Amino acid sequence: MKFEVTVTLKKDVLDPQGKVVSQTLKNIGIKNLTQVRQGKYFEIDVDEKDSSKAIDQVKEMCEKLLVNQIIEDFKIKKAG
Amino acid sequence: MKSSVIVFPGSNCDRDIAIALEKLQFKNSMVWHKETELPKSDLIVLPGGFSYGDYLRSGAIAAKSNILSEVVDAGKKGALVLGICNGFQILIECGLLKGALLRNSGLKFISKDIFVKVISNKNKFFNKYQSEEVLKLNIAHNEGNYFTNKEHLKELEDNDLIPIKYCNEKGEIDSNSNPNGSINNIAGIFNNNKNILGMMPHPERMSDKLLSSEDGLPLFLSLIN
Repeated sequence: MKFEVTVTLKKDVLDPQGKVVSQTLKNIGIKNLTQVRQGKYFEIDVDEKDSSKAIDQVKEMCEKLLVNQIIEDFKIKKAG
Repeated sequence: MKSSVIVFPGSNCDRDIAIALEKLQFKNSMVWHKETELPKSDLIVLPGGFSYGDYLRSGAIAAKSNILSEVVDAGKKGALVLGICNGFQILIECGLLKGALLRNSGLKFISKDIFVKVISNKNKFFNKYQSEEVLKLNIAHNEGNYFTNKEHLKELEDNDLIPIKYCNEKGEIDSNSNPNGSINNIAGIFNNNKNILGMMPHPERMSDKLLSSEDGLPLFLSLIN
């Protein structure tokens, strides 16, 4: 079973990379841009047919390693 | 005094710290990250470097290595633990210290000599320094921008848990003397019991006059008591 996990910085955490990307987009003429926040993306394949068990496993991966929950939030989406 | 320096793939300040410790007659062991037992140690050092190539987040993979569970146990039981640079990042990732080390506000890797002021010397690590003493140390990092929430920041300030802050040569602590954007110019923090110290500057690089200066040496001398 395949999952997509996105990890983003929490709203109140400064994202200097996102700021620089945002500024550069403005510099090259992109209009109507209000904000860019940069994050991470994981594709995870779990050998488990029960979808709720599989989601629990991915959640455990996020909490134990993939995400630093002090500064980051995560979203899990079933792929395909 | 017995010390252990933990070595990860990608550690690069492990020998520097070992030389500084041995100069002061510490009986030091180098401990590979795959080991599951820690030699009996009064001091455990997590050295600087780029453990596991900084994959995922700086220090995140090292924080899950075999030896770290031993380090966490020892730290919780009161052993002295010192994390320098990448070691500070590992201490945060394994939960022994709170907060986060974000990318430097200027988005650049910074390698230079900086000044820090001793804010608190009433602890095991800084008792050989004068209060408000200005030290010249070296930093070399990309993720040293310390961040924490308001409640924890207040806890750090109120309980004397910030031993050093970035300053200029005159000891002035302001945004101009803050190299990486750290909240309140924080260069290092303690846990509540003050037996675990994480700091971004490298005292071991300032422990021999022949190479640089000796401003870092009193930190190791402080531990011998």
